[in-house]
Amino acid sequence: MAALESAFLNLGHIETLARKQSKIHQLDPRAKLLTTLIFIITVMSFNRYDLSGVIPFFLYPVMILIIGDLPLIYLVKRFVIVLPFILFIGILNPIIDQNIIMKIGSFSISGGWVSFFSILIRAVLTVFAALTLIATTGFHEICIAMEKIGIPNLFAAQLLFVYRYLFVLIDEASRMVRAKSLRSFSRKGNGLKEWSSIIGHLILRTVDRARRIHLAMLSRGFDGEIRLAHKYVFQLKDILYVLGWTSLFMLMRIFNFSILTGNILQKLMP
Amino acid sequence: MHMADALISPAVGGTMWAASATLIGYNAKKVQKNLDDRTAPLMGVLGAFIFAAQMINFSIPGTGSSGHLGGGMILAILLGPHAAFLTMASVLTIQALFFADGGLLALGCNIFNLGFFPCFIAYPFIYKTIAGNSPTKMRITIGSIFAAIIGLQFGSVAVVLQTVFSGISELPFVKFLFIMQPIHLAIGIVEGFATAAVILFVKNARPELLEPDSHVALQKKVSIKTVLAGIIGITILTAAVFSWFASTNPDGLEWSMFHTSGMEELETPKKDLYSSLSSIQEKTAILPDYGFKKEDSEATESVETWPGVDSGTSLSGLLGGLIIFLFIMGIGLGLKKKKKKAAS
Amino acid sequence: MSHHIIEIQDLEFAYPDGTKALQQVSFRITHGESVALIGANGAGKSTILLHLNGCLFPTKGSARIGDVPITKSTLQSIRRTVGMVFQNPDDQLFMPTVYDDVAFGPLNLGFPLEEVQLKVMSALEQVGLAHVKNKSPYRLSEGQKRSIAIATVLSMNPDILVMDEPTSNLDPKSRRNLINLLQTFTHTKIIATHDLDMVLDICERTIILNNGRIVADGKTIELFQNADLLEQSHLEQPLRLNRLSSM
Repeated sequence: MAALESAFLNLGHIETLARKQSKIHQLDPRAKLLTTLIFIITVMSFNRYDLSGVIPFFLYPVMILIIGDLPLIYLVKRFVIVLPFILFIGILNPIIDQNIIMKIGSFSISGGWVSFFSILIRAVLTVFAALTLIATTGFHEICIAMEKIGIPNLFAAQLLFVYRYLFVLIDEASRMVRAKSLRSFSRKGNGLKEWSSIIGHLILRTVDRARRIHLAMLSRGFDGEIRLAHKYVFQLKDILYVLGWTSLFMLMRIFNFSILTGNILQKLMP
Repeated sequence: MHMADALISPAVGGTMWAASATLIGYNAKKVQKNLDDRTAPLMGVLGAFIFAAQMINFSIPGTGSSGHLGGGMILAILLGPHAAFLTMASVLTIQALFFADGGLLALGCNIFNLGFFPCFIAYPFIYKTIAGNSPTKMRITIGSIFAAIIGLQFGSVAVVLQTVFSGISELPFVKFLFIMQPIHLAIGIVEGFATAAVILFVKNARPELLEPDSHVALQKKVSIKTVLAGIIGITILTAAVFSWFASTNPDGLEWSMFHTSGMEELETPKKDLYSSLSSIQEKTAILPDYGFKKEDSEATESVETWPGVDSGTSLSGLLGGLIIFLFIMGIGLGLKKKKKKAAS
Repeated sequence: MSHHIIEIQDLEFAYPDGTKALQQVSFRITHGESVALIGANGAGKSTILLHLNGCLFPTKGSARIGDVPITKSTLQSIRRTVGMVFQNPDDQLFMPTVYDDVAFGPLNLGFPLEEVQLKVMSALEQVGLAHVKNKSPYRLSEGQKRSIAIATVLSMNPDILVMDEPTSNLDPKSRRNLINLLQTFTHTKIIATHDLDMVLDICERTIILNNGRIVADGKTIELFQNADLLEQSHLEQPLRLNRLSSM
């Protein structure tokens, strides 16, 4: 089951990356979360035909990548998985929007293609931003950060539980699927009956497991509130991090650095 | 039905985020208050279950393709709508963070589309109405199918609206809708059958799991008549909206209708509605800016909320952009080399 | 240190459908004793254990720890005193990291973060696993998981340790490590198990359960010499005591 195994390996790898000790890793997770969110919102606020204005924004993920010592290949792989979906949606644009809005030399480029590439570039930016966030912060730190920002305790705890038991459930599921496939010799694929049997059994085991977990929780004094064991103190470096990047994002949004550079270049040319 | 960040504008994304966040907050309070503290671990493990279950495909008879479970309905039936919503939201959040398949900006949309509709519309109004409190096999099956269909139809329309209002993708409203709805009808039927199959299995093995949570379920004493009236009302509204676009984009509508046979019935009274709708249209000037493609368009006006209308596409900008890009990459590589040197 | 004596009197437990799981169960365990609870699967061992910290309540009879009867209102203090380690570590390690799991108990008891830290580190050091505190429980070996599961209870500083099948599924080395560890604990210990060799190593007293009733309660060594008694309860003598009959 390729999907199951690849999900497995992927989550494990990201967690390993998140345990590194770079300067980025050591920042308060709330700072990183906030900055990433501001980044994504700013990038998405450009108009649909924008190509050059978003380019300078690559600085952010690249910097995180370098300082956080993250492997580029791995992140590219993760992105490639999402690529087909984006292409699929975006490709309709060039088909539908045929108005010429640009000319480079003797080439005319339609609005559809421009917006297509704009979508593509922005997809790269936002996906990388999200990936670098997790790879430098670790899932459960993000959950705790979210709780401290204001997400309800129950929901943050829910995220942690799901994450914790993800592997266990995927394991159980793949064992059941394997056992079933070993017993069905000529029949290919899962008919609805076999499938619902696997899923049904999985649910029952899940519910039983939940009951046992519940007993274990009660035995350790659980009273309904899930308390998380971390204290984060926002330090000066965290504040500077958020403010610094945010200011840069605002500048890059308001002044199109690419055009500035291009204009300077043209002035310099004879 | 997952949406990607790339297609959502901050305005739409932000609005949906606000809606979803409010729902999460509200439901968290509700579940916390009624917490049978068994619910917390159950929600957690069922969330993990949904993940795993979505990775196991079943083959759809007659088509040679395979499908997998969405899960919203099953959660609602096992947990009640409030806990189910939170569970669904948690699964989508983890998927967004790790599989980068929805993106963070679109997460608000996804939680709403895939959580709100199944848990708070389809489950209480359709499933519960049909299945009642001690459902028979037939009722469970029919209830699941209709609930799944309705839930997905709503979700699909929401996706279309969110995409179009964002103005990033070029897909015109009507065409998009006419593609999405039939697809999701098919998906809904499949999901309905799948849900029914699983629920029936559980009913056979451990019927007590399906007992309604009297204190947590929504108090719904809705008659079938009310449900039908609601559905008819929505259909009329949809037809009215269609006609509005039909009036401004006649070619497009004909094209879509031609390509989606079986939908000839939408004979909207164009003439009468046109005049009233066009005056409304003038007053709500905000809508035209959000990228609804018009045949009789004025100069194609890009959506602009911030300064710098044409800057994105000027040649100067592109050159400059290229240079900046190379510059950033250069910095990156340079720093990396420096780090390697320092490390060795 | 106050003495926490476990007193079970004429305890009876029946399922909702009426089947009796336990009947006329009575025993008294004093401070520092190590008692094994043995019997066939389904004899009622786990059911008894679940009564010891209020996860189940008897349908007849009583259960008390020291002066405190086990009732709904005394649960918090009972659970502070009685630490329960369940059979499957995966069911007890439900937090994202080892540290979080071991901290769960003390946090629930209301200790401030600094004290929680001290308790967690002390518990982890006791089981020799302080170095894995930031790992995800999923990545631990079976033996490590068992030890961490014990640590999650130790961090609450209980006086009484109750354990359900602690050595099942362990490889010989891990099993030996666990037995050595348990020998260092001065808590009162109640261990339900099939591992009779471990019982010989750790528990000086044994209670034999058969079909929901206690059929024997006495010195481990004496009981284990009685092959017939063991066999009636669907058990066997531990390997160590088996007379190797000529084949």
